[in-house]
Amino acid sequence: MTEPLHIPRSGRVFERALNFTREKIRVDPLLTFLLVVVVAFGLVVLYSSLGKDDSALTGLLVKYLIGFGAMAVAASLTPMFYFRLTPLVYTAVIGLLVVVLVIGESAKGSQSWLDLPGLPRFQPSELLKVSIPLMIGWYLCLRRFQLKTLDLLAICFIAGLPIFLVFLQPDYGTAMVLVLGTLGILFCVGLKWRWVFALLGLVVIAAPIIWNFVFYDYHRTRILTLFNPDLDPQGAGWNIIQSRTAIGSGGMTGKGLFEGTQSQLDFLPEAHTDFILAVVGEELGFVCCVLLLLCYSLISIRSLNLSIRSSNGFGQVVGAGIAIIFFLYVVVNFAMVLGLLPVIGVPLPLVSWGGSSAITVLGSFGVIMALSTQKQWMDKE
Amino acid sequence: MKVDRSLLFLPKELVETLQNRSMLIVAVGVLLVFGLGLRLFQLQILDHERYENRSRENRSVTQPLEPARGLIFDRNGEVLALNRQIQSLSVIGEDVDDVDALLERLREIIEFSSAEETEFRLRLDRVVRPGDSVILKRHLSDDELAIFAVNRYQYPDILVTTETLRDYPMGHLMSHVVGSVRQITIEDLRRLDEDRYGATKYVGRRGIEKFYEDVLHGQVGNRTVEVNVHGRVMKELDREPPQRGVTMTLHIDSQLQRVADEALGDRRGAVVAIDPETGGILALVSKPTYNPNDFVMGMSDEAFASLSNRRDTPLFNRATQGTYSPGSTFKPVIGLAALSLGVTDWEYEIDDPRGEFRLPNSSRVYRDWNWNPRTGGQQQVDLYRAIYRSSNIYFYDMSTKIEVDELAEFASQFGYGQNTAIDVTDPDPGLVPTSEWKRQTRNERWYPGDNINLFIGQGDMVATPLQLATVATLFANRGKWVRPRLLMSSAVPIEMDESIGDTPERVQGPTEEDWELMIDALRAVVHRGHQGYLQNGIAWAEIGMDIPYEMAGKSGTAQVVEIPQGEEYDETLLDEYQRKHALFIAFTPVQNPTIAVSVVVENGGGGSKVAGPVARAVLDAHMRQRVELARD
Repeated sequence: MTEPLHIPRSGRVFERALNFTREKIRVDPLLTFLLVVVVAFGLVVLYSSLGKDDSALTGLLVKYLIGFGAMAVAASLTPMFYFRLTPLVYTAVIGLLVVVLVIGESAKGSQSWLDLPGLPRFQPSELLKVSIPLMIGWYLCLRRFQLKTLDLLAICFIAGLPIFLVFLQPDYGTAMVLVLGTLGILFCVGLKWRWVFALLGLVVIAAPIIWNFVFYDYHRTRILTLFNPDLDPQGAGWNIIQSRTAIGSGGMTGKGLFEGTQSQLDFLPEAHTDFILAVVGEELGFVCCVLLLLCYSLISIRSLNLSIRSSNGFGQVVGAGIAIIFFLYVVVNFAMVLGLLPVIGVPLPLVSWGGSSAITVLGSFGVIMALSTQKQWMDKE
Repeated sequence: MKVDRSLLFLPKELVETLQNRSMLIVAVGVLLVFGLGLRLFQLQILDHERYENRSRENRSVTQPLEPARGLIFDRNGEVLALNRQIQSLSVIGEDVDDVDALLERLREIIEFSSAEETEFRLRLDRVVRPGDSVILKRHLSDDELAIFAVNRYQYPDILVTTETLRDYPMGHLMSHVVGSVRQITIEDLRRLDEDRYGATKYVGRRGIEKFYEDVLHGQVGNRTVEVNVHGRVMKELDREPPQRGVTMTLHIDSQLQRVADEALGDRRGAVVAIDPETGGILALVSKPTYNPNDFVMGMSDEAFASLSNRRDTPLFNRATQGTYSPGSTFKPVIGLAALSLGVTDWEYEIDDPRGEFRLPNSSRVYRDWNWNPRTGGQQQVDLYRAIYRSSNIYFYDMSTKIEVDELAEFASQFGYGQNTAIDVTDPDPGLVPTSEWKRQTRNERWYPGDNINLFIGQGDMVATPLQLATVATLFANRGKWVRPRLLMSSAVPIEMDESIGDTPERVQGPTEEDWELMIDALRAVVHRGHQGYLQNGIAWAEIGMDIPYEMAGKSGTAQVVEIPQGEEYDETLLDEYQRKHALFIAFTPVQNPTIAVSVVVENGGGGSKVAGPVARAVLDAHMRQRVELARD
């Protein structure tokens, strides 16, 4: 254990601040910078898509500030703390998911919101993008990172139980992202290639069976309209058509902020939530869409990099998991808005207007920062 | 929970695996991001134009703008049809869920009668285009407008709309000339140009309004507006103003029209007056008549039914569609035919001792028009007398010398049996029977008895008052054709079809002398007096005794029902509607005529007695105008 650097009180404010950041708050400056860029960008686009609503903007600012606060707090905790807390968090989230199925509020066909007294309205499933990686990491540590068949089954159960509860809401988008995220974690910790190929084979075989025997007609319609939205332009195809039209009409540099006709004239549904990317595409164009995608990619890579360089396996697994799930959210949302995936209600992290989601997302990056710390901070309380 | 911190560390052999696998994950991630980038490139760069068009189509809606209808004036510059703007309360048809609640709320501030309610419900049922506004309360007074303005916020679903209404200031007087517009119906929409009539609520239904619909309507304008997904207009993007319809002036002289209207009074009938020089129709009266403004407002089914089912048919245009046997007004035409065909001349006389006529080898007796046992015949009758005294016997004689088809061919030169008016709406062509016609319609040959009837203008031969006036015009012009017309001038020149109908430029056959002698005979009809009852012009006693100007005329009486052989005609025994029609054609002055006129008084009785004074009243008014004009 090394003592913190002693710097004379007089002068060198910047250096002191930097040290303070490194040693007390322990946030990662690069990652924080990238997050601030995306959040600022998101604020501007949200402000436009909400019709220049100043009070909504103020509310959002407060939320993002709380989010960054949560990130700083989360980053200052030790890996050991998270390790000890994991079973409790995991159980609590499962409990909330059960509660939400009983007394949750419905929105857009799925019962996923919880409005508890004294707390802001939130979706318990949001917490899963942290709690599932934590619990898998916790389990792997206890098993000394063995991946025997029985361990795989256990991990499937650990992840599968909350995912199943999400599936019941039903929130297929989130469930899908979490399943892929879990597989990503397993892949990272050395899932045998035969398992990987077996899984891919299973998907190929199961797909037609699911299509024919598991899906209801409206599932099939939703997927078919993806490829030919003009089948039902006023119904299932509406979102897809309007979102493609918004993005396509933006062109290289967009119609200008606040000038998007698709979004400002309400042709684009969910313009400030799941389809916010279409607003970016319409008003700011190809250039900003690509820049935004690059920012998200950099955030994901930086997070993964931080995690892999962590001194401890728990942090490596959990951090990588959180980073992968974050990236999956981004990719699935992009694909949905660009008409490559069915409309499954996955928000664009940090930019979509979604209650307290920004706080959990920023908080989860705090967890990554905390876990990526070096040995000396393992259990410093 | 006590945890060994070593538990958290990754086994050495896994470190490399983790790094390798992470690299693979990053690689997959890069591929995914690259794919998304490609998709963005496809949508935003490659297909940009397509989606830009789509987004423009989404947001911009082009709305048609109604053009103002062309105005209609008479020859003196008096307004016959104009546009008036009124303020009304309206609702959008589809937006009304609960009519009762709506009306109840409205009644809290504005009086709303049950009749208005009925009409509103009717209009609501008749909405033909989605998004059309339906008038809730028409023509608000200033007070009502003010009250509504104050309470407006309570009635977000009710709009104040400005409506342009067609207005016919002369009402009943001009209905059969100008016609009227009516609200566009579903059938109209099927027929009309969808784009041109996109904003139009009214279409010409009768008269001039129908005939010149195309030019009166004007050109539709349009404005492009930006709308949101709910169809609410956000702002105007582009505007192309509508072009108003062509303003036109008719030959109609509303002073003369009024005189003719008053001369007919409450009797059923028609008067048509034509300027022989131009063919301009100076007056066109059909009685009874109706108020065209009622059609603009839209009348209830009951009101329309009671109007159209009336026995005296006020909606029927007698002047252009009523067909009547020409009676003795046909005689001058037959006379010219006989002269042209060489079967008679001005010297030829018939002997008429008893006022009776028999066809060879037939016992049936045909009598003169005024036959009674005491008077006997007209004795020696030449063509001149046969006209001024109107001898049936003379023309019975002619009927044995001229074939029906010869007469028909000659008569059609006068416009009988065809329409020759340039811009009269839905005219009836009348009928000149021929042997061919009879074979086709009745499968019978043409009998000599048919000729007898035809040669005194009875039987199957029919003509409209407009055609009778055209014949009078031809006599005034000594056989030179000029086609009747209503339009005198227009703000934008309108091409008129001068070739309508099959007639020569000048009636072929009669010599100049024939015309002058025939016209002199027609003059004698009115002016020959003080010669003793049997020698006077047939209309002299009725209209000629005190006439201060030269006038030529011919009376006629059209049988409505056939009087059985040997029975005497007793008007008082017949139903009113079975009595004879009274006819008169005339023109004045005899030299250089300036007006020709025809009069029909339905079931009026004798032509000279009933129709003659009406014609005289119109000509009097015309001559007074000439005098006033000369004085000015």
